[in-house]
Parts: sequence; C-alpha cells; structure tokens
Amino acid sequence: MEKIAIVGLAQTKFERRKPDKTYYDLVYEVTRDALEDSGLTLADIDNVITVSNDFLDGRTISSMAVGEAAGGHDKNISTVEGDGTFGAFYGAIRVLGGFRSTLVVAHSKGSEGNVSYISNALFDPIYQRPLGIESLASAALQANSYMEKFGLSEIDFAKFSVKNHGNAWNNPYAQIPLTITVQDVLSSPKLADPIKLLDCSPISDGAAAIIIADEKTAMKSAKKPVWIRGIGHCCEEYFLGDRDLADPRALRSAAKKAFEMAGISNPSREIRVAEVYDAFSYMEPLWLEGLGFCKPGGGPELLDCGVISRGGTLPVNPSGGVLSAHAVLVAGLVRLIEAALQLRGEAQGRQVEDVHRALAHGINGPCGQSHCVWVLESD
Amino acid sequence: MDWLVHTEAVTQKGQISLPYRWWVGETGSRFLTALRDEGKILGNRCPSCATVYVPPRKNCGACFREIDDWLELGDEGVVTSHTVIRFPFDLHPAPVPFAYALIRLDGADTAILHVIKENLNSLRNGARVKAVFAEQRCGNILDIEFFRLI
Repeated sequence: MEKIAIVGLAQTKFERRKPDKTYYDLVYEVTRDALEDSGLTLADIDNVITVSNDFLDGRTISSMAVGEAAGGHDKNISTVEGDGTFGAFYGAIRVLGGFRSTLVVAHSKGSEGNVSYISNALFDPIYQRPLGIESLASAALQANSYMEKFGLSEIDFAKFSVKNHGNAWNNPYAQIPLTITVQDVLSSPKLADPIKLLDCSPISDGAAAIIIADEKTAMKSAKKPVWIRGIGHCCEEYFLGDRDLADPRALRSAAKKAFEMAGISNPSREIRVAEVYDAFSYMEPLWLEGLGFCKPGGGPELLDCGVISRGGTLPVNPSGGVLSAHAVLVAGLVRLIEAALQLRGEAQGRQVEDVHRALAHGINGPCGQSHCVWVLESD
Repeated sequence: MDWLVHTEAVTQKGQISLPYRWWVGETGSRFLTALRDEGKILGNRCPSCATVYVPPRKNCGACFREIDDWLELGDEGVVTSHTVIRFPFDLHPAPVPFAYALIRLDGADTAILHVIKENLNSLRNGARVKAVFAEQRCGNILDIEFFRLI
C-alpha cells in the first residue's frame, strides 16, 4: 500500500448535553482545530467526508447541512452514515485513489433526539421493530449469549467498567470518569439482564475530525505523521437470530485483513496499545477475542492478569473508551484519534510508554454487526 | 461564551412522525398471511446449503441463491438467548418485566426474535417454548402474541 497518514486531528470534550453548541458549531470547531493541528490550510484539503445520521440530526441528508462547517465549500463532499471508523476508511480509500488529503468529520448530539427510539429504527420494520427492540435490549441478548457460551459472570464484565471509567480520569475529553468498584456496578439499576446502568456507555454530545493525507502532503504537515499500515472491514448478517452473537466472526475477518496488510503475525506482541469500541462493558472482552488478543472466552482473563491495564503490555482503552463518552458515530473516530495521540506521544496523562504501533476499532449495526480495524504506526 | 451567562440558550421543539406503508414483499406476504389466516409459522430453505430461515428470505445471504422451497415449522422451539427487560420504554410490547428471546423453532436453523411475558424466573437458554397466537390477527409479527414456557 502507498504511504498515507493521519496528519491532523481534533475532538471536542464529550458532555451529556452541550446547550450552547449546535452540531454545526461542533463540526466547525473540530474542523478548524484539526486544520490547525495539522499545520495545513484548507487549500491543502481537496475533499471532505462527513459522518452523520439523519435520525440523530432530525433531518434528511443531514450531511449536506454541515458542508460549510466542514470546510467543504466548493469541494467534493461525500458522506458515510455509520461509525466514524468507516468514514475514515472511505477517506483513506479516497487518498489512495488520488486525492491528496481528506478531512473526515463526525458529529452527533444524542441529547437532542431520543436514542431509544432512534436505535429501535435501526431494526427491520416488519419483523423486529414492532417488538420494541432497541440497542440496549439487543446488546443484552449478546451479553447473555457470550456469558452462557463461556461461563462468564456479571463480575467479569463489571471489571471492564471499573477499569475504563478509572482510565477516563486521565482523559480531559471524557464525559464520565468514575472511581467505582465492581460492587458499585453490580448494584447499579438493572436495565436488561445482565446489563446494569454502569455497564452502559452514556448518551453524549460531541464531534471529532481527522485529516488523512498522501505521503507528500504528510511530509509538510506540522506534526509527526501517523502512518496507516493496515485496515480491515467486514460485516455479518442483519438479523440477530442468524448470527452466533457470542462469536465475533466479522471482527476476526476484519482483524485478519488489517494484520495481513500491516505484516503483523502476532498481534499481542506487535501492538502496544488498543482503543476498541466498548459501548457496553461486555464488548471489550468480546472484541479482544475477535481481534485475536486471546482465545475465545479469554477476554476477562486479560484484565485479571493485568495485560490490558494501564501498566500492562497491551493497555486497552487508556482513554476510558466508549464507556466513558459515547457520541454515536463520533466514538469510532475518537478511537482512531486516541491511537494517533498515543503514537505522537501527545496522550498526556493517558500516554502509554514506547508506543510505535497502535490499534483502533469501530463497530456499526446492532451487536457489532460490522467492524473496522486499523493498524497505525509512528516512524 | 460570556453572553450566554446572561442570555437564555434558545431551543426549538419538533417531532418527526412520518407515515409509511411498507410492502412486505412476496416472501413476507406469504409468511404473514399464513400466520394470520392459518396460525402457521412458515420458513424457507436454501437450495444450496439447506439452511432453513425464519423469517423466510428472498435469498440466502451466504450462497446468494434465490429461495423457493417453503416448509411449515413447528410452533414450538428452544430459547438460544434471552434478556429480562426492566427499563421502561414507550415502544415495549408489554409492561416490564418481560423478556426478549431469540427462539430457534423446531425445523429452523435461524432464530426468531420475540417476547416472553410469563414465568420469567424459569427462563433459561435451552428452555422449550410455544407460540401463543393472538385471537385477532392482522398480518404482522405480533400475530404471535408471545411465547410461553412449556
């Protein structure tokens, strides 16, 4: 693959409600900040990808309403309705296809609509939606399958909530850093068994942007380029009942592609830090298994033996993860940004030592129907 | 911003409520009319890999083959995954607590999503359940009112 890099990045602080910012404001601010971070000017950006969801924004073709905020005036603007990692994937493909540099920007204000209604609408209107299923209940079905398949417990999942909310104290952009115990998670309100309130990510407002550039443009950017070495993307069945929810098959396939592209044969040894999409506490261990960091069912053990904690050999979600801030669609792009900050050595209080290769991961669709895996490197 | 300290952050209320009338397709029509008129649950079988789908499909995703081999499934099956719902939500089909379950009907290879309303303390994966049909059926998925534990 030709050399392409992330050369600029920005994220807002994530909050339950940003009463003083429209989503247009948020897009404008992260676009401006990503440009400033990159040292490039708008003249260096020859195309824009916006990431948005019509139901979240409450308007059709929501992407077209933020073009000017995204620096897209008189430029080629295209759109991804899905997680930010998928928007970035499209952006990377465009740079490989001949554009010099792509700005990818994602926004959402979960506070303005009703996320339960919106996630109900992602299900099939004939066979599933009339049953009132939405993202929390579907996630609970997946958590139940995963627990039963491997004999895992609610305590196993609670530990991930404790870890990630604790990590969030080191991340000024996170929404809910918490000092909590496993018992706090277990005794938080039961929502959909086995999921309790503290197993869930919050509803958030926020935005994020990255700039992906070809090698020539990357060399004139202000910051150390973060090279994109591997990307993999795979999707499985739409209907929940067609899938083995406890087997992240699409993720295994996406990870395999990304690792092959990056020349990685032993991901546990060759990747130093990972940011994965943990919308619920059970997801991080399940995705770690799909990424090949442990054997099936072995995710909780990685935490118990300290591998993925802050001081471990493979810290996972040192930012606090999606559990600590979950602007839908934006959260995957934030995983990429956090991985890039680690490679630049700019992750401040959450910086992991000696990072030369990092992984970022995003999901789309119910229960991780599709996955996008990124391998990033510094020089 | 300073001015916001002294100025109300104005919001505007709105609601999107759009009527739709979805054509459920030939496959869906056959499934839903059998459910409504005969109280039967139909599935269909891929001619290549023999996977039996419910709800039935136009084509097999894995084989990309059109499916026209229909069969009647049992109204009983086994729970493959479940969750007891305790949070309230306007669109729920029953007051909480109730359960969602993925149910693999006898004769099918995929599981169907539905609800279980009774005996939640006895609900386990592997439990056998039976469909309870609505008395007044109108050709939608809620013509199966719920599943009950056997």
